[in-house]
Amino acid sequence: MSTIELHAVAKSFGPTAVLHNIDLVVPDGSTTAVLGASGSGKTTLLRLIAGFDQVDSGQVTIAGQVLDDGRQFVRAQHRAVGYVPQDGALFPHLTVAGNIGFGVARPERSRVNDLIELVGLNGLARRYPHQLSGGQQQRVALARALATRPRVVLLDEPFSSLDASLRAEVRRDVARVLAETATTTVLVTHDQDEALEMADQIAVLRLGHVVACADPRALYHDPPDVTAATAIGEANILVAQVDEDWASCVLGTVALHGGGCRPTDGGPGRLLLRPEQLILHLDVRDGAVRATVKDSQYHGHDMLVDVVVGQQALLARVAGDLQLTPGQPVWIEVRGAGRMWSDTNGAGTAAPTR
Amino acid sequence: MALSGVIALCLLMPLVLLVLDARSAGWTEIHTVLFRERSLFLLRNTVELSLLVVVFSATVGVAAAWCTERAHIPARRVWTVLLVVPIAVPDFVVGYAWHTVAPTLNGLIAAICVMTIGTYPLVYLPVAAALRRADPAMEDTAHSLGVGRMATFFRVTLPLIRTAVLGGSVLVMLTVISEYGAFEILRFQTFTTEIFSEFQIEPKAAGALSIPLVCLALLVLTVDGIVPRRAAATMTPRREGRKARWRWTALPIVAGLGALVMLAVGVPIATLVYWMAQSQHTTLPQAATLGSATWTTLRYSAGGATLAVLLALPVAMMTFRKSTTPRVILERATFLTEAVPGVVVALSLVFFAIHYAYGLDHSSALLIVAYAILFFPLALVCVKTSVAQSPAQLTDVGRSLGRGPVEVFFRVTLPMLTPGLVAGFCLVFLTSATELTATLVLAPFGVKTLATQFWAYQSYTAYGAAAPYALVIILLAAVPGALLGLWFDHDRHGGRMGAGVTR
Repeated sequence: MSTIELHAVAKSFGPTAVLHNIDLVVPDGSTTAVLGASGSGKTTLLRLIAGFDQVDSGQVTIAGQVLDDGRQFVRAQHRAVGYVPQDGALFPHLTVAGNIGFGVARPERSRVNDLIELVGLNGLARRYPHQLSGGQQQRVALARALATRPRVVLLDEPFSSLDASLRAEVRRDVARVLAETATTTVLVTHDQDEALEMADQIAVLRLGHVVACADPRALYHDPPDVTAATAIGEANILVAQVDEDWASCVLGTVALHGGGCRPTDGGPGRLLLRPEQLILHLDVRDGAVRATVKDSQYHGHDMLVDVVVGQQALLARVAGDLQLTPGQPVWIEVRGAGRMWSDTNGAGTAAPTR
Repeated sequence: MALSGVIALCLLMPLVLLVLDARSAGWTEIHTVLFRERSLFLLRNTVELSLLVVVFSATVGVAAAWCTERAHIPARRVWTVLLVVPIAVPDFVVGYAWHTVAPTLNGLIAAICVMTIGTYPLVYLPVAAALRRADPAMEDTAHSLGVGRMATFFRVTLPLIRTAVLGGSVLVMLTVISEYGAFEILRFQTFTTEIFSEFQIEPKAAGALSIPLVCLALLVLTVDGIVPRRAAATMTPRREGRKARWRWTALPIVAGLGALVMLAVGVPIATLVYWMAQSQHTTLPQAATLGSATWTTLRYSAGGATLAVLLALPVAMMTFRKSTTPRVILERATFLTEAVPGVVVALSLVFFAIHYAYGLDHSSALLIVAYAILFFPLALVCVKTSVAQSPAQLTDVGRSLGRGPVEVFFRVTLPMLTPGLVAGFCLVFLTSATELTATLVLAPFGVKTLATQFWAYQSYTAYGAAAPYALVIILLAAVPGALLGLWFDHDRHGGRMGAGVTR
């Protein structure tokens, strides 16, 4: 068992507070992604779990053992926590085998070969890091972290230095290895796709606060608040008035999900519609609202279209290929139900977020 | 092409002259001077001392670099400057200070202490730069793999800085081999002190004695050249330094660094001040003499530094940008100049002046040339670093914008190289200002520099009269010394200078 628990963790560097009152539970054997922009404190969070830095207050435990509570502190070398840094940080003076075997006791050296095989680097044992590609280096870094049979593995933006096509492949392989070894993992990333794909749980970190923490599906379809909604995936946030199970907005009347903290009847609020909920028609339809195309980005498998309804800018996702030119009129139909929260920040049009 | 040949020839001139000198002395002379028991004694002294000093210097230098780069200590930046300041204190002043503090301090032990104190910055500077470049994630990762702090230092950190340690150690060794003043004061005899005393009695013998000294230095460089250098690790841009707060556990480290700086800088300066205060006003030098000696030192050092940097600029650009036969010849030539101790350069230039250009004998020009040849490698290291870090594409971009090569050089290349040129100037300037051996041999008659004046007075044990000259030397050298410390430290704060100074 190796559940990681952070309780009320705070950390500052000099006068700058980096983390405030962080509560986070990473269940045994699962993967949690910590998602945040640079400067959100996500790497600091990872370093506290690893034991490279000490918390100011709060508590870090793994499998119930207190590792750091601001007074007693278990050093990194005694934590059995594997760490894969951003660029791999392979030891340049050691071969692949030397790197992977670095933390392994001598009698267990045969394990090195198993790990080389596990991460798919057969035949490269005698290579030096500078003779490897970026993807290979990351695989070695992962194998090195797993070699000591750590209780948990921490990945610090492990794929950000790889190019796009390689990233997907290495990501998949790493996910497979972590699943095969049932390793409790914390992945720090700023890449939403990475978090959605790899994680069982996503913790969204913003300015040192965990603003949302849930499994990827819940976070995407049923976010607890506007902040969480805009943290994952593209989102249209509209000003709307609630009327029982319906909301009225520039797109007409939209059905609402049950539950949540929707405003009382007639009150103003914010409505979330994902881009794929907006269906574009090239001709007039019943119940569809007229809009004007501003711009579109073609992705092959789908395209994202910027449209404007009155003053409200919206983002729609269209499967397949539509010939659209800026200024062209289209008709928008809403599919499925929206999610709504009472408006605490006053009314106003919100731009779509990506 | 032609330029590189001329520069290579100039740099190799001392060696050629040395051979000519030895030949004119004749084989029997060489035989009688070299093949006697005394040579064996001198050889043993020189080798023993240089090996021991290298071990101590490397240990102190690496430890100091680790403290400023890896331990969280208060006022880190102040320490990085303070630790470099000892290179502004000439070794002969350190020797003099310790000798007057403890007159019984003589021989091997004293020589080891004084040279370790004086030369550890040569290891500290490149090692600190290497540590700054090496990603601390390496050490973090080692800890996360369950490896303790000591083991991590030996298994990860040390291999990462190996090249820098080696490079610094070679410089230390060459410095020890060619040191004269400190050993003369401490009454420890090496080849260099012997050459110097022979020079005053029997110049031919001095030439003969230079041969084993140069061979010894060449041996050091050859060993250094044989040691394989691994391809540089893929260096990623360092993330921002985390400003972890220092804890009370850092105090012993601070105390250690303080003691080191105290020994290297504090004691010499305190001794000098003490002797000045002790002596009668009448024995203190006239302000005018001090002023003129200062002006002379300034002029000579600045002249040598300018010439060295001017020579280094084309060499650095050529050796870095193109790989051709002249480039290889040039590299070998600059490599060889490192091996020629100051006293040998001085002797060979004296030989040159006497035999081929009598008018130059004991002229200012000859001394400036001597400085430039002696300290050319130092200038080259700095300029090369800047060249290596200024991307060649930028000159291409300049050209593509319709500018001629000359204009591109002055508007693009030169501004990018300025930090390296300034650093090279500072380094050669301060080394020239603290140089004693070649200055004693080559200084024009009647012209007094700070170093020669200090030396003259302290030889008559007129310590009080000598002290002000040493103080001015330290002042003159401390400013460029501090600048250098900042330059090496610069890349932590956004720039990337100083990164390549690991040879």
